[in-house]
Amino acid sequence: MLKIENLHVRVGGREILKGLSLEAKAGEVHAIMGPNGAGKSTLGNVLAGREGYEVTEGSVEYDRTNLLELEPEERAAAGVFLAFQYPVEIPGVNNTYFLRSALNAQRKRRGEAELDSVQFLKRVREKLAVLHLKDELLHRAVNEGFSGGEKKRNEIFQMALLEPKLAVLDETDSGLDIDALKMVADGVNAMRDPSRAFIVITHYQRLLDYIVPDFVHVLADGRIVESGDKTLALKLEEHGYAWVAQRTVAGAG
Amino acid sequence: MSSALLHSLLDDAGQTSGPDWLKQVRVEARTRLLERGLPAARNEAWKYTPLRALESRRLRRVAAASQPVDVDPGLYTLAGVGSPRLVFVDGTLRPDLSDVSSVHGLAIESLGTALERDAQSLRASLGRSFDADAQVFARLNSALPSDGAVIRVAAGVKVEPLLHLVMLGSAGAADAYWQLRNVIELGEGSALRLIEHHAGGQGCSHLGNVVNQYSLHAGARLDLLQLQAAPDSVRLIRRSDAVLDADAHLEMRCVEAGAQWMRHDLAVALQGDRARLVSRGVFVLNGRQHADTRIDVSHQARDTACDLVWRGVADQRARGVFHGAITVCAGADGADALLSNKNLLLSDQAEIDTQPVLEIHADEVKAAHGATVGQLDEKALFYLRSRGIDEAAARSLLTLAFCRIAFDSITNEALHGQLDALLLERLPRAESAADTAQVTG
Repeated sequence: MLKIENLHVRVGGREILKGLSLEAKAGEVHAIMGPNGAGKSTLGNVLAGREGYEVTEGSVEYDRTNLLELEPEERAAAGVFLAFQYPVEIPGVNNTYFLRSALNAQRKRRGEAELDSVQFLKRVREKLAVLHLKDELLHRAVNEGFSGGEKKRNEIFQMALLEPKLAVLDETDSGLDIDALKMVADGVNAMRDPSRAFIVITHYQRLLDYIVPDFVHVLADGRIVESGDKTLALKLEEHGYAWVAQRTVAGAG
Repeated sequence: MSSALLHSLLDDAGQTSGPDWLKQVRVEARTRLLERGLPAARNEAWKYTPLRALESRRLRRVAAASQPVDVDPGLYTLAGVGSPRLVFVDGTLRPDLSDVSSVHGLAIESLGTALERDAQSLRASLGRSFDADAQVFARLNSALPSDGAVIRVAAGVKVEPLLHLVMLGSAGAADAYWQLRNVIELGEGSALRLIEHHAGGQGCSHLGNVVNQYSLHAGARLDLLQLQAAPDSVRLIRRSDAVLDADAHLEMRCVEAGAQWMRHDLAVALQGDRARLVSRGVFVLNGRQHADTRIDVSHQARDTACDLVWRGVADQRARGVFHGAITVCAGADGADALLSNKNLLLSDQAEIDTQPVLEIHADEVKAAHGATVGQLDEKALFYLRSRGIDEAAARSLLTLAFCRIAFDSITNEALHGQLDALLLERLPRAESAADTAQVTG
């Protein structure tokens, strides 16, 4: 589904990703771990199409198309979803209005029928229940005045509603207490499906106790330096990222 | 300072009717005008809205036609708003378009009728002299005989229906001038909801000059929406003067969504203890529109409060001006003043000038003000696009959201929707945004 090859990305004149390669197939959950400044969030932003991220080398193939050529809204319609590390507050835009506009814009672009308000609300109710989100959040402005946990759960709620094929979760666990973390994990697990891939970017191993990944990759200094199964996350937790750095140096030598 | 504009309107004042004091007011205003002319560019209040081009034009007052012009009611119909409705076309009351069914405690009449019936009761309002040269158009309004609405609410009466006051231009001639003088009085403890609605047919072109005078007696509350949706071909000058007695509350919304060139002076005197003004406003400009809003709030009594939140959006080569002045007079202790003005520039060639001014002569005052001019938040834009909303629609959505603060508290959903639609029409790439709006039904 997703094939990233030798990706080099510059942000503000500085090279952040330095030859990152990663392949994710439908049905897989990939965890990307790494120290601060390794380029984890850059990866998420590049995949979603944020401006200011200059790809200088390499390729990203998604569903047999060149993902990098698509506008952010085209990527969304093609099934790419980024759960933001810092969800944006948008005063004056009602959450329901926003979600329905987004869903129908995607459906329209894909040539599918738009949902009327009854169909839309039915879908909303189903998804809300899974994330234990209050109805009231729907009537508020997008993320405005939401607590940190509500914002993150709102991201997962959006994901559930939009039903992407490739979901990238950028540090969705940061700032969450254990209950919120479980809710987020439940939301993700409920969506695990043979036709869907997840890339879970996280700093800590804790989230992976609840969203058990098929693969764990360590991102350091702009490249994947180590890949393994879920036990790699446990080793990292035990030894810290310095352990990977040493192994990398040793391997190089 | 000879002004073709003033001479063209004043030289042939014709015979004027009314009581002697009123005639005297007109003569004095006229003399003053011809003496002083229009303010020059160095007049601080007109610095950003130069009058040079206007000054050289010769205008002609629109006479009340013996055969009233046809007016399409679609020009002024608002969703969720019915009667009572009062319609003025080119400065003249149109009883055939108005519907002033009797409402308990609410008296509505034309200024002409009110003057014939009881001129004395209007003396305080019409007798007011506009002393500063900056108030030149109010002075002009005083110099000429005028029609207008006189709206009075009896003490203690809370008027239920929303009153719709329509001021419409129909004249196609570029040299047309009309004016209106509206007097609105709320008795003690009374309440009224009023929409002042400026509209007109496409292609009509005139200079309209409106003076509104509001007096709110103790404990009265006026909920006022000024919806300025005049065609993009007209010039419009408004002055809104409000005087608030103790515990009176003026809750005001201004939506400026029309006119080629417009100026609005809003002057509010908080004269009684605990009088309170809440003002929300927005202008949305494109093309070569020019809009200048000038607010002047004066706290003259104890524990008075004002809360002003204004927004401005300018696209293409439009020019917006916002001046918000709050004065806390000596002795007005406990005053609470808040002014926030944020602006969005949607094009490199658009310009918005904003100037908050706070002048405090009392102790124990809480005051805050801030003004910004900027662009759309790129983070928010990306957030919306990352969810599938295309860029143009996302821009419209964010811009509309930015404007909505001016009328978000309006609970009449149909009216709210129409205001949304009105602004969306004025924002770039309206088609795709309209799709988005429809989606929400």
